[in-house]
Amino acid sequence: MQDIRKALYVGSRSDGTLIQRPMSPHLQVYRYRLSMVLSISNRITGVVATAGAALGVFWLGAAAKGPKAYATARKVTGNPLGQLVLVGWLASVVYHTVGGIRHLIWDAGYRYDKEELNKDGPVAVGVTAGVSTVLAVALLAVAGCRRSKRAKAGKVS
Amino acid sequence: MNASVPHIEVMRSQLGRARGLGAGHSGVSHWWAERVSAASLLPLSTWFVVQMFRLGGADHAEVVKWGGKPVNATMLAALIITTFYHAQVGLQVIVDDYVHGKAHLPTRLLVKIGTSLMGLLGVFAVIKLVVRSGSGK
Repeated sequence: MQDIRKALYVGSRSDGTLIQRPMSPHLQVYRYRLSMVLSISNRITGVVATAGAALGVFWLGAAAKGPKAYATARKVTGNPLGQLVLVGWLASVVYHTVGGIRHLIWDAGYRYDKEELNKDGPVAVGVTAGVSTVLAVALLAVAGCRRSKRAKAGKVS
Repeated sequence: MNASVPHIEVMRSQLGRARGLGAGHSGVSHWWAERVSAASLLPLSTWFVVQMFRLGGADHAEVVKWGGKPVNATMLAALIITTFYHAQVGLQVIVDDYVHGKAHLPTRLLVKIGTSLMGLLGVFAVIKLVVRSGSGK
């Protein structure tokens, strides 16, 4: 016995044979791995994506309520801080989607070996960064264009 | 103990074995619900991102006109329902993992009620948009 604590991890099966119970994972003694950051990130981005979806519902509710409420919502989506939140939501959704696709692939029985996991991790990060950046820039540009075009035409938003 | 004496090798009732649900009492339905809703969200959220390109910076009249179209309203309602269903199922796993003791049940109920209400709010907003667009306002 290498670790004296292992004496406490002896259990018995229902048929009576003794087995060594696994130690519970102590996060602070593990060496840093990318995969563990990506794993917890999938949960965190899931929560952030839900919060963002709630904001999206409020936006839709404002549009349903009327022009006045919608104008208030646009003050939020139009200013830089609001757009930062929107970009954060977008990035979270993109990462959660990429992570979710990886989960579906694992569930189907593929890419679940140690080497494959370690190889796919950086790819997932790269895809997330790329897709998020392209979508965020393109969406902000489209929104900005439409807004300035309307301002030129002299319409009130 | 005499090995020839008949004995139960597994401490588990025959009914429990037949049900095959294990200690969780509910089988794999929750796991499947999470996966199926996730897969459904792939096309729905892709559709939403594409629509955002049409809608970015739009004014109120444009949003109402967009939301009033039957296909858009259908897709939007489907997206909202699936999103908050998936959120409910996913957040429940997080609550089960990290919230223990007395706080567990209230937190779980809170997640259930919160995500359900957000979903309902979204669906009624879609209905209101359709009505608004029909009345030409």
